[in-house]
Parts: sequence; C-alpha cells; structure tokens
Amino acid sequence: MSSESKQILTTDGIPLEVSLKKAERKNKIKAFLLVAPLLLFLLITYIFPIGDMLMRSVDDKMVTQMLPKTFESMETWDGKELPPEEVFEAFYLDYKKLIEEKTFGKLSTQLNYTKNGFKSILKKLQRKMKKFEEGNYKEQIMAVHPRWENVEYWRAIKRRAPAYTSSKYLKGMDMYVNEEGKIVNVAEDRRVHRILWIRTLEVAFFVTLLCFLMAYPIAHLLATLPMKYSNLLMICVLLPFWTSLLVRTASWMILLQQQGIVNDFFVMTGLVADDARPEMMYNKTGTYVAMTQILLPFMVLPLYSVMKTISPSLMRAGKSLGGTPFIAFWKVYFPLTIPGIGAGCLLVFILAIGYYITPALVGGASGTLISNQIAFHMKSTLDWSFASAMGLMLLTGVLAIYWIYNKLVGVDNIKLG
Amino acid sequence: MSKNLEFVKFDKVDKSYDGKVLVVKDLNLDIAEGEFITMLGPSGSGKTTCLMMLAGFETPTNGEIYLDKNPISNIPPHKRGIGMVFQNYALFPHMTVYENLAFPLKVRKFQKDEIDKKVDKALSMVSLSGFEHRMPGQLSGGQQQRVAVARALVFDPQVVLMDEPLGALDKNLRESMQYEIKHIHESIGVTVVYVTHDQSEALTMSNRIAVFNDGKVQQLSSPDKLYEEPVNSFVARFIGENNTFAGQITDMSKDQCKVKLNDGSEIIANPISVKTSGDKTTVSIRPERALINTKDKMDNNFKGKIEEVIYHGDHTRVRLDLLGNKEFILKVPNSSANMDIKMGNQINVSWNSHDARALDPK
Repeated sequence: MSSESKQILTTDGIPLEVSLKKAERKNKIKAFLLVAPLLLFLLITYIFPIGDMLMRSVDDKMVTQMLPKTFESMETWDGKELPPEEVFEAFYLDYKKLIEEKTFGKLSTQLNYTKNGFKSILKKLQRKMKKFEEGNYKEQIMAVHPRWENVEYWRAIKRRAPAYTSSKYLKGMDMYVNEEGKIVNVAEDRRVHRILWIRTLEVAFFVTLLCFLMAYPIAHLLATLPMKYSNLLMICVLLPFWTSLLVRTASWMILLQQQGIVNDFFVMTGLVADDARPEMMYNKTGTYVAMTQILLPFMVLPLYSVMKTISPSLMRAGKSLGGTPFIAFWKVYFPLTIPGIGAGCLLVFILAIGYYITPALVGGASGTLISNQIAFHMKSTLDWSFASAMGLMLLTGVLAIYWIYNKLVGVDNIKLG
Repeated sequence: MSKNLEFVKFDKVDKSYDGKVLVVKDLNLDIAEGEFITMLGPSGSGKTTCLMMLAGFETPTNGEIYLDKNPISNIPPHKRGIGMVFQNYALFPHMTVYENLAFPLKVRKFQKDEIDKKVDKALSMVSLSGFEHRMPGQLSGGQQQRVAVARALVFDPQVVLMDEPLGALDKNLRESMQYEIKHIHESIGVTVVYVTHDQSEALTMSNRIAVFNDGKVQQLSSPDKLYEEPVNSFVARFIGENNTFAGQITDMSKDQCKVKLNDGSEIIANPISVKTSGDKTTVSIRPERALINTKDKMDNNFKGKIEEVIYHGDHTRVRLDLLGNKEFILKVPNSSANMDIKMGNQINVSWNSHDARALDPK
C-alpha cells in the first residue's frame, strides 16, 4: 500500500520504473545482439555436439527398429528357456526384411557388440534362409547353427530391446549387464578401461604436480627479476608455447629414444652402459616428460600473473617482523599465491586428463590415456556411441573435479590474469 | 639513566648498487635512544637506502652500522628486532587485523594469552580496538596505516623504521596521523627513524632532521635550527620558502660580509659558508624576515616594485622585483597598516644582515 502511494512519477506522469525500463530496453537489446553471435557459436559448436554425444551414448534404437516384431513377441518370454515359436517366426520375418533392405550387416555388428559370435551365425542364417520353408521356423533356425539353440544368444537379443541403454557407460568401466540382468565386472584379464582411467588420473595428477614444482620457481623469478631479464625468461617460457604441439612432441622423440641425444649423453658420461640404455619413450616416462614440458606454460602464466601483484614489501614486512625467510615465504607469500596455484593446477589437470596427441606419439602401450582409447573407437572400431559415452564420462570427471575444487578453494579465487 | 646517544650509529657507510655510482656517500650518523629522527630529502637522495640498510634489506658496500654498540651488517633482518612501517602499509591481505598483529609475536613463540594481551594493547594504542577480525581490505587507508604502526610496535622493538608511511593518505588524514604517531612516540619512547620527502611532516614530528641530498647528509639538526639556520643553499631551498640573490663577496669581516649582486647593488649578509673576499655566493633570506615600510632599524634597505599580490587570508604574499630578482617573495601580515600594497607600487623592503645568510653558490 505504502509503496503504491509513494510511487514516483516522471515529469510526464509515467511511473519512474516503467520509464527506466523503457529507457534501458534498447541497451539490453544492443548488449544481447553483441553477444548473440558468440552464443550462437557456442550453441552450435559446443552445446549441440555435447547433447548429440549424450544421445548417441545411450541411444540403442537401431536394433529396436531393426527387429520390431521380434521384440514385440519377446515381451511375454521370461528368458529362462528357449523362446517359443512366435519369437522365431518374428525374428525370421524381421531378418528377412533386413536382408531385402540390405541392412542386415549392421544388425550383426550391433548384436556382436552384445555377445561375441553373432556375426558368423547371422551370416550363416542369411545364406540358409533362402531355402526356408514356411512354418516351424524354430527348428529350421536352430538347425542352421548350434548356437541358435543356445538360450544365451536369445537373451542377448532381448537385452537390446530397450531404445535406451547404459551398457556403453558400463563398458567404459569394464562392467556389463549379465544374463540375469545384474551389473557385474568383466573378467579380470579383459579389463582395459579401468586401467586406462586410473592411469589417466595418475598421469594428470603427476603431470600437474611436476608442472607446479617446476613452474613455481620460474614464475617467481619472472615476477621478481628486473624487466631486462624477466622479458627474456618470459620468451623462453612462451617460445615452446608458440611452437606446434607436434613439433615439440617430435623433438622429445628425438631426445628420448634409445639412440637419442639424452641416452647418448648418459652413455658418453658413463652413467649407463651402452648396452643398457634406459627406455625413456613409448612408456609412461615419455608421456610424463613430454606432457610436463608441453603443459608447463599453462602453470607458469597464472602463477606469474598472481605473483606479479604481490608487493615485495610483504615479504620484507614478514622478515622485519621476525619471520625467518622460510616463515615469511610460507605464511605470507605462499598463501597469497594460492589463487594462481588453483588456476594453474585446474588448467593443467583438465588439459592433461584429456590429452591425446602426445601420449599417442610417445606413450607407447603403457603410456596411452583414455582419450587415445576414445579416438581408437572413433576411428577404428567406429563404435561412436561407446566413444561418446567415454567422452561424456571424461567430461563428467572434469566437472566433478571442478566442483570439488570449487568446494575446497572456491572458483572465485581463481586468477588467470 | 643517561640515554645512549649512539644507539644507532652509521659509521662511514657507503652504498652502491652498480659499482659505479654511490647512492650513499660516507654516511656518519648517530641516533640517540628514544629519539625521533627524520631522514628528509628529495627522491633518489639515498634516504630510503639508508633505512633499508638499517632494516637489513640492503647491505652497506663499505662501513658499518651499529645498533646499541653491536655491528649489525651480518645479522639478517629477522634477527635485528627492528619494527618497520612500509610505504604502502604491507599488511598481509589474507590475514585479519588480529593475525597481522599476532604474526611477529607468533614467530617469537609467545603464549596465546600473552599474544592476546599485547595485540589488545597495541590496538588500543592506535584506537582500533574492536577491529581484530576485520580484513585489511575492509579498512580505510588511515585505519590500515594505524594497523601497520601497531604491528611494527607490538613486539616492543628497540627501533621502529617508517618509510614514508603517510604518503598514500589525503592531506587532512596525514596531518592527524602525524600527531598521532608523534604522541605514540612520546608515550612509549621508542627510537623512531622516519623517512619522508615532505618537509612539513618532518618539521612537525621530529626531534632532529637529517636532510639528505646526493647520498650525503647536508645538515643534521633540530627542526627550528634547520629552518632558521640552514648551512647550505640546498637546505635553504629544500626547507621552507626562501629568497635568493646570487653574487660575489667584496668585503669580509667576522660576522658580516658585503655581497655585490649581479645587477651592481650591494647587500650586507651573514657569512655562513663563504670564507674570503671574491668567493661566489648565494644569499638566502626567509620571506618572513624581510619587512616592508618598517620603522625598526635594519642594515639592508631597498626599494622594490610590486609585481603580484596574492591574498592568503591571514597574510598576503607579495612578489617583488627587487635588486634584479623578480621572484622575491614577501609575507605581509594582514593588518591595516599595510593597505597600500597594490600592484606596481614601489615599496621599501628591509632586513637584518643576520638573516641574510651567505651560502655556497649552488
């Protein structure tokens, strides 16, 4: 009531608030139009692809659409024993349609993902089906190959009935849904992904740590040296940054290989025997060395920008108040650099966790990371939905790390410059 | 209870950063216990370098500094027990006021209750009780300054150094802080070495002032003496206002000399740093020592033309063209007797030869 009676009017008698909104609307539209291209760009290149990835990773409609009759008839089947005749008939009709449409190959690929051994028996069925007689399809199909008599294969088909599936995510964690519909681990000797996840986290963690240990003194020097020297040092930090990633990785290959410069130097100085040159490449060591060097600037720059703002008189104050140089550093300087450390570590860790080219080139078998596995499925097996699932798992991991970081340090404290 | 007059002693201290230029030359300076001494000088005169050498952040290139008779050149800053107030306060921005003040006590391994007691006392001394849990960023400039002072004093240091501590404050605050620091000094009697380039700050606060220029102490004396009796033309120029005449000594006696100015006229002056007839000199006269139309007998009487009159409330500044110097300034108190001051008028100007100090020609 009181606010209404106190409403302020402009000289024209329009309420002030309305007038203000009107006056600022134009500016708001202008501001929006300025960011609109970027928004659109982000939508097209970022939000849509991620959405598409998400859909792809859970999408299982292909098989559902290829075998509509089969899945309909399977609805009443309890999956304990071999399915009844209607299921066989429906499967025959569906498969026949696929053969006519010449898309049966996709089905065999898809079913083979679910259970190994489908490819050959489907091919055999396709050949034999031409001579099938009408009626009693169950026996005719079972006669094609003994595996058709195995109830597990039919269960595998039924498992593909839902249009959406989490199987790709489970596969990414070396798990699957077994015949009883329970989520279980795959056999120990076939677990590949979990090792990769752990290795990826481990490499990212140690690369971040190494980068931090090396970058801290460099950034400190950069921030405290006189301009003349700090500019030179800055160029030394940035020069590799401007060099192509491939060139840098290739030069590490030249340096680290068994007949490479580093090994030659070790042999020359007598550190190692000529016939016992250590392997520093095509394993984790190579990945560590090359990735640390490549990601170092991402740690140096945020640290430097934060250190630059710390007045040297603070350290002096710490010392003049009686703190030893170490205490002055630890209690005064170090806490003030935490925003930079946070930014640098987050940046390096997130970059490292998704790193691809360097581990692919110098990592060998024991130094490849999860991103290499994703690329492998994108390019070689063409299992895009699995690649998408792993990509999303990686993204979720990064977001989780970001969240934890926000809880611990606070993202507001990050300073990039 | 006689006070140690050489509590801090600079003994033939030289300092050079690049091996080519001496920023401090042959510095000899004794500071008495409990004294408030100010190092005053233009920027680049070496005053801050002296302070940094005393604090331990710079080492003397030559010579030795003694603190209570002990040489301290080889003692690192954190073991000197010297409090310091920095130019931009240098409060630790990530610590509360309490933590800032507790820092020097914690590193000295004081007990918690003792720390609390000392912090309380220091904060009440700068009238900031109740601000313990604020962050430095939440304080105004003046409050930050007080915290910095309290922090430099909280561990009862023997000497407190202040490096232009009031430089970042506005004029009013600066003046009130000057008195506050002076009162703190008087009440606790700590030795203070204060660095500033602001002469009025130096004059109001100090027991003694060391005027620095070109790496050397030009004059070390009490504020009044420094103003009234500058020993060379730099000090005369740097401290307060001053009218100068360049000329040559023509006649020399014990406490008077005749100076022939460039325009041919002759004035009588007080020889300070001139020795013999023929020496070149600069004669310095404080504006308030030259009077107009006075009835008192003075031995220098000249006529000058008024070039400019500036009203200042309690006094009027008058710029004269006198004896070839077009920048001769007079301060005339505003009383009815001086109402005939108008631009273009010729007036009589007189001063005592004792107040006209014949200094070095620079």
